[in-house]
Amino acid sequence: MLTILFDGVAYGMLLFILAVGLAVTMGLMNFINLAHGAFAMVGGYITVLLMQQFDVPFLLCLPVAFFGSALLGAVLERTLYRPLYNKPHLDQVLFSIGLTFMAVASVDYFIGSGQQIIQLPEWLKGRTELGEGRWMLGMGHYRLFIIAVCAALTVALQYVLTKTRFGSRLRASVDDQRVAAGLGINVNWVFLGTFAVGSGLAGLGGALGAEVLGLDPSFPLKFMIYFLIVVAVGGTSSITGPLLAALLLGIADVAGKYYIPTFGAFIVYSLMIVILIWRPQGLFVRKGAK
Amino acid sequence: MKKRQFLNTAAMAVLALTAASSFAQDNTFKIGLVLPMTGQQASTGRQIEAAARLYMAQNGSTVAGRKIELILKDDTSVPDVTKRLSQELIVNDKVNVLAGFGITPSAFATAPMATQSKTPMVVMAAATSSITQASPYIVRTSFTLAQAAVAMGDWAPKNGIKKVVTLVSDYGPGIDAEKYFKERLVFNGGQVIESLRVPLRGPDFAPFLQKVRDLKPDALFVFVPSGAGAAVMKQFLERGMDKAGIKLIGTGDITDDDQLNDMGDGALGVVTSHHYSTAHPSATNKKFVEAFEKANPGMRPNFMAVGGYDGMRVIYEALKATKGKGDGTALLEAMKGQIFESPRGPMFIDAQTRDVVQNIYLRKVDKMNGQLYNVEFDVIKDVKDPGKTK
Repeated sequence: MLTILFDGVAYGMLLFILAVGLAVTMGLMNFINLAHGAFAMVGGYITVLLMQQFDVPFLLCLPVAFFGSALLGAVLERTLYRPLYNKPHLDQVLFSIGLTFMAVASVDYFIGSGQQIIQLPEWLKGRTELGEGRWMLGMGHYRLFIIAVCAALTVALQYVLTKTRFGSRLRASVDDQRVAAGLGINVNWVFLGTFAVGSGLAGLGGALGAEVLGLDPSFPLKFMIYFLIVVAVGGTSSITGPLLAALLLGIADVAGKYYIPTFGAFIVYSLMIVILIWRPQGLFVRKGAK
Repeated sequence: MKKRQFLNTAAMAVLALTAASSFAQDNTFKIGLVLPMTGQQASTGRQIEAAARLYMAQNGSTVAGRKIELILKDDTSVPDVTKRLSQELIVNDKVNVLAGFGITPSAFATAPMATQSKTPMVVMAAATSSITQASPYIVRTSFTLAQAAVAMGDWAPKNGIKKVVTLVSDYGPGIDAEKYFKERLVFNGGQVIESLRVPLRGPDFAPFLQKVRDLKPDALFVFVPSGAGAAVMKQFLERGMDKAGIKLIGTGDITDDDQLNDMGDGALGVVTSHHYSTAHPSATNKKFVEAFEKANPGMRPNFMAVGGYDGMRVIYEALKATKGKGDGTALLEAMKGQIFESPRGPMFIDAQTRDVVQNIYLRKVDKMNGQLYNVEFDVIKDVKDPGKTK
């Protein structure tokens, strides 16, 4: 039972890294970026290619995946996304979903559509068991690693958003662009940085997730629903919301599949419906947000 | 006067051209190959296309005086698209034979058109038992999951595996595998203590595998489409299930030759039952594998490739038997009952069911020359599809 809880937490944490960037762009920047999964896929493929073609160690691939996707995010923000900030949401949805399809097709064309398999280093492959019988806790080392990385990231993100000058600038730019610009904040740079970090996080999530979730060109479409559920349930105004939502969904998904396998895949959706009926704005809503 | 002469010449030219083209039409024999070349099942499409082209390169592109033309269409494994493409092939291109069909729903979507237009339809991949019953014009050269699963149900209890949990993808072939494996295992004195069905797009196998671990069976029987097989196997090992004394068995899809090498040494010792292994020790197969790898560097033929290769052979032989003149029905008759030596071993197209009868091998993953292979160690001869016996 504890093992199930543990697996659920690890799965939830993974969903959180994958989705938190979307929560940032959607909630803070008010841009509906359905191409978020494509950035995650880019991170995944960077890792796979580096490991398969150049034998780069796994741990080194993770930062490369982060910066690679962040760079791509920055370039695209500057060239494609910025002109769309003031357009209606429907335009943004159409644009970003189109971008997703292009990403899927390009990966399919250049790399091939098979499942990509990576070989983790030995020390991440094992498993540690504590306790006996019903209360046995079996922890896969890789899942433990995911939890550690995500926990560290969450703390860092929370710190940046609430305690640093960049965080205050971002929040100011989001709440009122004109006043923020008047105060001497370079709104464009703040948004560029935020978007890049959001994409980078997605890329890191893709790199970490390649082992657990599998990686093929349909990745952005397959997981779009999960990202959106995390963001919808968690609300978009903070990062604690998506974190709790991701954990809740991860645990519910894993436990549902364990205890009622025949119904398991639907647990997530049922839970989402219940929560959204109860709190249509998501679990956590910042008071006074526009 | 000049004008009239010009018109006459033009008319003659047009006549000559139409005659030539109608002659050409009679003389080409068109095979419409509908396969998933992009999307999740693309590896199936690539393997079959490569094998079909290899067969043509080896056996010439003129058979019984007719030039063979292969028209390849990508259906991206979407049944609606398969249906539309097949229709175009029948109506516009006037193909003589339809072939390919990567997944079961695609084959089912096309079946009624094959019946209506009396076009033989050679299924080279899709493996649900009931496909050949969907149209009297369907012939299959791949395999059925029931065939493969039953062999495992025979082998397992004799080798100390009595309590089994099954884990299959929740769609046609998975349900076939579950059903026929269980029937045979129970018949042989074994028992299935739990049957798990996972969604086809289920991303994480962790909860299902944990459940299996807690149930402590002798073995876990798995069928998932080949791409997902590697993920199941890795998570199986990560969870330490092999150390807990649970064996991993299944049909050959989980140790697909196309991907086996990427799975790493963790796959060593996994026992599966299937109709083809790249390492099948026969002269015919050695020649086939060598030629295939030479023509497609970096690729290794898997069970899909052999389905495509033999499918082409069935078409070629039928064309020869009808001396190049037969219509769809005659071709179909000539396909029934063919017996030949395939790279997989002897095979036979059953005239009653139009399905393939073949040996099913039990294989264990082993290392040879630094590469992983499914090495055959036992065989169940001439397995007829159990799905047809009732």
